Amino acid sequence: MVDKRELICIRCPVGCHITAELEDGRVKSISGNSCPRGAEYAENEVTHPVRTVTSLVRLKGGEHPVVSVKTESDVPKEKMMDVVAALKGIELTAPVRIGDVAAEDIAGTGVRVIVTSDSAAV
Amino acid sequence: MADMKKDLVIIGGGPAGLSAAVSARKEGLEDILIIERDTRLGGILNQCIHNGFGLHTFKEELTGPEYASRYITMVKEEKIPYMLDTMVVDISYDEKTGSKTVTAMNSEDGLFRIEAKAVILAMGCRERPRGALNIPGFRPAGIYSAGTAQYYVNIEGKMPGRKVVILGSGDIGLIMARRMTYEGAKVLCVAELMPYSGGLKRNIVQCLDDFDIPLLLSHTVVDIKGKKRVEGVTIAEVDSNRKPIPGTEVFYECDTLLLSCGLIPENELTGRLGAGLNPVTGGAYVNESLETDVPGVYACGNVLHVHDLVDHVSGEAASAGKNAADFILGKNNTRYDGAAVKIRTESGVRYSVPSVVRPSLMPDTMTVRFRVGNEYRDKDLAVYLDGKQLMRLPKRVMAPGEMEQIVLVKSRMNRIMDPSDGAEHEMVIRIEDRQ
Repeated sequence: MVDKRELICIRCPVGCHITAELEDGRVKSISGNSCPRGAEYAENEVTHPVRTVTSLVRLKGGEHPVVSVKTESDVPKEKMMDVVAALKGIELTAPVRIGDVAAEDIAGTGVRVIVTSDSAAV
Repeated sequence: MADMKKDLVIIGGGPAGLSAAVSARKEGLEDILIIERDTRLGGILNQCIHNGFGLHTFKEELTGPEYASRYITMVKEEKIPYMLDTMVVDISYDEKTGSKTVTAMNSEDGLFRIEAKAVILAMGCRERPRGALNIPGFRPAGIYSAGTAQYYVNIEGKMPGRKVVILGSGDIGLIMARRMTYEGAKVLCVAELMPYSGGLKRNIVQCLDDFDIPLLLSHTVVDIKGKKRVEGVTIAEVDSNRKPIPGTEVFYECDTLLLSCGLIPENELTGRLGAGLNPVTGGAYVNESLETDVPGVYACGNVLHVHDLVDHVSGEAASAGKNAADFILGKNNTRYDGAAVKIRTESGVRYSVPSVVRPSLMPDTMTVRFRVGNEYRDKDLAVYLDGKQLMRLPKRVMAPGEMEQIVLVKSRMNRIMDPSDGAEHEMVIRIEDRQ
């Protein structure tokens, strides 16, 4: 059985309209993407969707009480809210720099969380 | 009397101002000053903690603060001076001498004047406020522009509310729908007055669809309930004239209303300076050099026209920076009086940046950006020069929320027109049926 899925790529703001064709649950063809990232997105999206999570963690001793973070790579889409919940338990101490590791393995995904803003100690 | 003299003053230390500064320095200009009103460089990127920035510029996906940091590092490495916590209050132009005077103030120096050979306008834009939306109802607490809510959540670490309705489907509103959901709020819906979204499709997918947040197209808020704090809003469907349809009202109980109803280039200074402003974009009219109709005053980024992508802002600002440096260093012909191509937009194309191109001053290839006024599917984008077709691009989808662009090739234009005939030419950009 051939299943046709229409997707909008989220990998960049161009937002390509991608068509993925599945046969018996396997990806048969991908079209409409304008770069390899789009093909990768479509393949993931119809088999096991993934997302990068960007959020905050608490920060002690900085100018502001929070600092921005992201998952270093994609996590399974269904784990997004688990990741966000786990981030709420993390507190860093200023100073922090872009690239600092906020967590080694967030919510059992095996993915690191890294800091995305510089924040000096005050 | 000026208190200070500078070759180039850049107003605004966000993505546009930073990129313009770096580019002007690379062109060989020494004497540059960036003036920023906030406490740090980077502008609105500092609170845009989501990713999706930098794919064009750095070939990798960055968050807003990371993207800003790359440019801040370049500015610091180039030792380009900048002033923080400093507000520019006036720019004036002396037609006789060609010099510009920038008047600014801060708490240390008070009010002071800087005489500049060239000025780059990079002040960005601001959000359309409630007062401009004509929503009836009281004025309770709990109504925020999406960007203000973004500042509270992402910078201050405070939640503006728990049960949220968003009016307007601009990108910041969509991004905030996801942010508020991540932070434990319930986002009931996003209502959009128009029959199409004002934001990027990707943001509808990853910020609304991922969280089952409904997008109600052709809907608007017709009443806000609550005297001290928002208690709920009434949303109604609108007809093709954007008038609410009686009987379609639905009450949503909520404590917060976020507004994401458009961005307005912040051009009070530009207007006072006397530069012509395009009523469609709210930004200045510029030529191929991104120069306003005040010689030596350039504009770039969201103060010129609101962009979807910071990468495009950086690219545009780099051109403005280079052109301003060339102007100061005498590298380009500032007393140009040759041929000029006026760009006219019609049949669905709302405006273009630039609006005039002097072919002998344009680089070999040049990007022209514009927006369309409606959703178009399977149409052609046609460009004519002096009535002859210059290019024709088949387009699968065009939408108001996504900026379009064409690339002009000088050699192709010269096949149709004589660039040194001193005459005025016309270029038309329009949407036509697929051929």
